[in-house]
Amino acid sequence: MAASTNGHDYKVIGTRPIRHDGVDKVTGRAKYGADYSFPGMLFGKVLRSPHAHALIKSIKVDKARALPGVKAVVTSADLPELADKMEAAGEQAINLAHLSANILARGKALYDGHAIAAVAATSSHIAEEALRLIEVEYELLPPVMSVEDAMKPGAPVLLPTLRNKEDGPDKETNVAAHMQFKRGDVAEGFKAADFVVEREFKTAMVHQGYIEPHNAVGIYSADGHATIYCSTQGTFVVRSLCSAVLGIAEGKIKVVPAEIGGGFGGKTTVYLEPLSVLLSKITGHPVKLVMTRGEVLRATGPTSGSTIRCKMGATKDGKLVAAQCWLAYEAGAYPGSPVGAGAMTIVTPYNIPNILIDAYDVVVNRPKTAAYRAPGATNAAMASETVVDELAEKCGIDPLEFRLKNASAEGTPQTVGPPFKRIGFVETVEAIKNSPHYKSKLTGPNRGRGVASGFWFNVGLQSSATVNIHTDGTVSVVTGSVDIGGTRAAQAMIAAEVLGADINDVRPIVADTDSIGHTDVTGGSRTAFATGWAVYDAAQDALRQLKERVAKTWEKKPEEVAFANGLFSPVSGNGVKPMTLKQLAPRLARTGGPIVGRATVNARGVGPAFATTLVDVEVDPDTGKVKILRVTVAQDVGKAIHPAYVEGQMQGGTAQGIGWALNEEYFYDEKGVLRNTGLLDYRMPTCLDLPEMETIMVEVPTPGHPLGIRGVGEVPIVPPPAAVANAIYRATGVRMLELPMSPPRLMKAMLKKRAAGDSQAAAAD
Amino acid sequence: MVKKVIVEATINGDPVELLCEPRQSLLEVLRDELELTGSKEGCLTGDCGACTVIVDSRPVCSCLMLGVEAAGKNITTVEGLATGATLHVLQQKFLEHASLQCGICTPGFLMSAKSLLDHNPTPTEADIRYALAGNLCRCTGYDKIVKAVIDAAKHVADGVGTTHHGKVPRKSASEATRDMLGKGEEVK
Amino acid sequence: MATVVIPALLRKFTDGKDRVTANGRNFGQLVDDLERQFPGLREQLIEDGDVKPSIAVSIDGDMGTGGVLEPVRESSEVFILPAIGGG
Repeated sequence: MAASTNGHDYKVIGTRPIRHDGVDKVTGRAKYGADYSFPGMLFGKVLRSPHAHALIKSIKVDKARALPGVKAVVTSADLPELADKMEAAGEQAINLAHLSANILARGKALYDGHAIAAVAATSSHIAEEALRLIEVEYELLPPVMSVEDAMKPGAPVLLPTLRNKEDGPDKETNVAAHMQFKRGDVAEGFKAADFVVEREFKTAMVHQGYIEPHNAVGIYSADGHATIYCSTQGTFVVRSLCSAVLGIAEGKIKVVPAEIGGGFGGKTTVYLEPLSVLLSKITGHPVKLVMTRGEVLRATGPTSGSTIRCKMGATKDGKLVAAQCWLAYEAGAYPGSPVGAGAMTIVTPYNIPNILIDAYDVVVNRPKTAAYRAPGATNAAMASETVVDELAEKCGIDPLEFRLKNASAEGTPQTVGPPFKRIGFVETVEAIKNSPHYKSKLTGPNRGRGVASGFWFNVGLQSSATVNIHTDGTVSVVTGSVDIGGTRAAQAMIAAEVLGADINDVRPIVADTDSIGHTDVTGGSRTAFATGWAVYDAAQDALRQLKERVAKTWEKKPEEVAFANGLFSPVSGNGVKPMTLKQLAPRLARTGGPIVGRATVNARGVGPAFATTLVDVEVDPDTGKVKILRVTVAQDVGKAIHPAYVEGQMQGGTAQGIGWALNEEYFYDEKGVLRNTGLLDYRMPTCLDLPEMETIMVEVPTPGHPLGIRGVGEVPIVPPPAAVANAIYRATGVRMLELPMSPPRLMKAMLKKRAAGDSQAAAAD
Repeated sequence: MVKKVIVEATINGDPVELLCEPRQSLLEVLRDELELTGSKEGCLTGDCGACTVIVDSRPVCSCLMLGVEAAGKNITTVEGLATGATLHVLQQKFLEHASLQCGICTPGFLMSAKSLLDHNPTPTEADIRYALAGNLCRCTGYDKIVKAVIDAAKHVADGVGTTHHGKVPRKSASEATRDMLGKGEEVK
Repeated sequence: MATVVIPALLRKFTDGKDRVTANGRNFGQLVDDLERQFPGLREQLIEDGDVKPSIAVSIDGDMGTGGVLEPVRESSEVFILPAIGGG
C-alpha cells in the first residue's frame, strides 16, 4: 500500500525488478569476505582476554612462535602508538589511541573478549593451538559493568587518561561526556501540567546480530601496497582507519568490498582488517581472519544498554507542556555511545515548549559499542513513548489522537534547535489510524494492542558515482556504496529512469577504493538518498552529453534536442528521425568518443524519518511469554525507489525491534564475563516468533532531493519496544520499564502486580 | 597431527573423493577443500542454519556434522539446487519476492525450504514457519521469505515448477513435516 | 548579523545567553567574531583550523558540509550541535 504525494509519472522508479546481484546470491556464487582464498594464504586467530578488567603484566609468545606452522605472532607492541585525542578519520570523529587499543589491548584488558594477541599459521587449527601457547600474566581489577556503578564516586577507573570538561583536567572519571539540551523553562512547564508521569527505564546491551561474522583477508606486497578484502559497510572508512592504525599511507591501501552479510551499523569500524595487513606484512603471505560467533558477540560493537529517566507533563486536554530526561548510556570500554543521538531524538516527535535533557556517555567493562540502526534512538523511544502512552491514558485520549495533538510538523523546532522542514510524522499516525489493523477488533483474554512512534535524523555525507554508456547502449553504474539490502537495484533503477533505459540494460557495480571517488559508509540510511543523488546527477551528466551527440548528428544545437520516454527527438520541426540510446550508442566513437557521466555529492537537506508501529500481543499468564499476534508499521519513506526493498527495511527493522523488546540482551556474570556467547542464548527472533509484517509506505518527498528520497533503513527499529510494552500493559495492566521484556522479567512483574492487587504497579527489578 | 582420511560421497549428483582431517566439519570440507563456499558459516553451533545442506533427503547443519561422516552419503548444497542454467523454483521465487537483503542466510533457507517441499509439496504457512525456524535471518523479518516459499509451493503443487532430484510421495502436511524434521532415525 | 544559538553547556561563555548575534560571511568568521565577544568559545568549536569533528553546524535548517568555510548570510540562524552518525 503506498500513498504517493509525489505525483511523478515514473517508468522504472516504484517498480519491483529482480535485483541484479540476485542470481549470484541464490546460487551460492556471490563472494562474501570469508569466501576469498589466495595461493599461499595463511589463517589468523586472535587471543582474547578472559577477564573483564585487568592489567596486562606480560605476554610471552615464544612457545606459540615455535609451534610448527606458526608464521607470526603480534601484540600491541607491533602497532604504532597513537595520539590520545579525537581526530577526524574518514567521516567520523575518533580517538585513534582508543581505536588501536581496541584492536590489540595496550596495557589493560577492558572487557571479556578484548583482543590481546594475534597469530598467523598455515591452518586455522594450528593458529588455534598457538593461541593456547601464548602466556599472558594478568593482574585482575574489579569490573565495572553498569552506568550506575561507573558513575559512583570512587568507582574503579577504566581509562586513566579520561577526563571530562565539567570535572576538569585533574579528575579521573568514567564519564566521558555530558551533553545538555534546553529550551524554555521546565519547572514552569510542569507547573502548567495537569498530569505528570515520571519513570525510570533500563534497556539491555544488544547486538546487531548480522548472520555473517567479521572477516578480512590482508595482502601486503613487497612494494609497500596493501589490499584488503573484507565485508564492511564502508570501504573508505576501512582504508582510513587501517591507515591510521598501521601507519601506512592511505594511498597505499586498497579496500575491495566483498559481499556483506548484514551490518546494521556494526561493520562501520575495523577489528580484523588491520591485523590481516600487519600479519601479512610480517609473513609475506595473504592472511585471512574470520571471527567465530562468540568473538562477534564478545568483542565487536553492540549498542549501549542504558538507564533513562523520563518525566513528561500534559494539560488535561492532552497538550504536552514539559519534558525532562536524563540518559546514561554504556559506551563500552572506550567513549562513544550514541547517547547524544538518544537525547536529540527522545522527545523530538513532539512539539514541547519546555525541555531539559541531560545525557551522559559512560565507559564500562563491556565491548566498545558501535553504531546500530538509528543508534541511541530505540533506547530513548522505549522511555518517552511509554510515558506518552501513560499520559494519553491519564488524559483519557486515544494514544494516536494524543500523538496527533502534539506531533512535530513543518516548522516545529527540533530538540537540537533548527525547525523541521516538510516531514511525514502526522501522515504515519493517520495511516495507522486508517489501517485495517487499527480498525479491526482485538478480542480475547490476555491480549492487548499498543502503539508507538519513532524518529531518526538520517544522514547525507559524501558519495561518488559514474555512469558509463557502452557501445551497445547498455549502461554500467559504478558507486562506492556496498550493497547490504538491495541498493544496487535502486541505483540501477535511478539511472534507468533518467536515461530511459530498460532496467536489465543497466548494470550496477560496487567498486573498490581505487576505482571510485570517496564514498562514505552504507549506513545512516544514506545510500538511496545520497548515493542515489550522485547516480541521478551522473546519469543527468551522461544524458546531457548524449544530447550533445544527437545535436551533432542532426547538426542542431543541444537545446534543440528533447528527450522523453527513451527517445531523442527534435524540440520543434522534423526532418530528422527520433533515435533511442541503443541507436545512438554505437555511433559515439564517430561523434566524439565514449561517454562517462560523473557526479559527486556532499549531500545536504537530509530528510528525517518517522515511523509509527501498531502491535497486538497475547501474554501467557502462566509463563510471561509474549506472542506477537499482528504488527503493522507505517513509515514516511519519501519516495520508494524499489518498494519491495523499502518494505524489507521496514519489516526487518520491526523484527529487530521486537527482538529488543522480548528477548535480546547481553548477560554478564558477576565477574564481568559474557555468558551468552552463542545464538542459542543470545536469542534473536525466528520466523516462528513473528507474524506476517504489514507495511504502509507513506510518501512525503524530501524537499530539495531530485527524487524526494528519504532514508528508510533505520527508523523502523525505533518504535517496536515501546509499542510492545504498551500492548503488554493493555494485556496485563503491567507497565514494563525494562528491556527485554523476557518471560522471567514479565512473569515477575505480573506476580508482583497480582500480589499487590494494584493495577498501577510498575515492573521494576 | 592425525592423518587425513579418504572420504567418498556424492555431492550435488557427482561422485567425489576427498581427503579430510577427522576434526574437520562437513562445512569446512565443503568450503575449504571443495571450494563450495555457498554454504555459509554463521555460528558453528547449529543455531543459525546458514550452513544447511541436504544429506540423504534430510536438512542438516553442515557445521555440526564431521566431514568423515559424509562417507557414502548423498549431499546437496545450494550450488546443486539449480538445474544447469535454470533456477530452482525456490530460487526464482526468492528473487521475485525480494526475499533476500544481504543474502548470507539465503543458501541455508533455500536448502531448508527445498527439504520441506521435497517431503511436503503442499505445506501450510504454519508448516513453512516450523520448517524454517532453524534458520536465522536478521534482515527481512522473514515475511518475504515465507511468502516466497508459499508461492513456490503453489507452483510445485500446480506442476509448474519442479523440486529437482525426483518426486516424493505425497503425505499429509503435518506427517511430512514431522518426518522431515527427523522424528525417526537420528540424522548424523 | 547572523543569529547563533549556543548549546546549553557553552552558555557559560555567553553569560547564560542562548541566542547571540555575530558577523561573518562564513562560519569561521562568525566564530572569530564570537571569540571577540565571548573569549574562550573558539577553543570549544575549532581545532586545527576547522570545526571539531565532534561538532555539526546547522545553518538555516541545513546541516553544513563546509566546516569553517560554510557560507553564512546576514539573516542566517546558526545552530551548533553534536555530530550524528548512523547505523
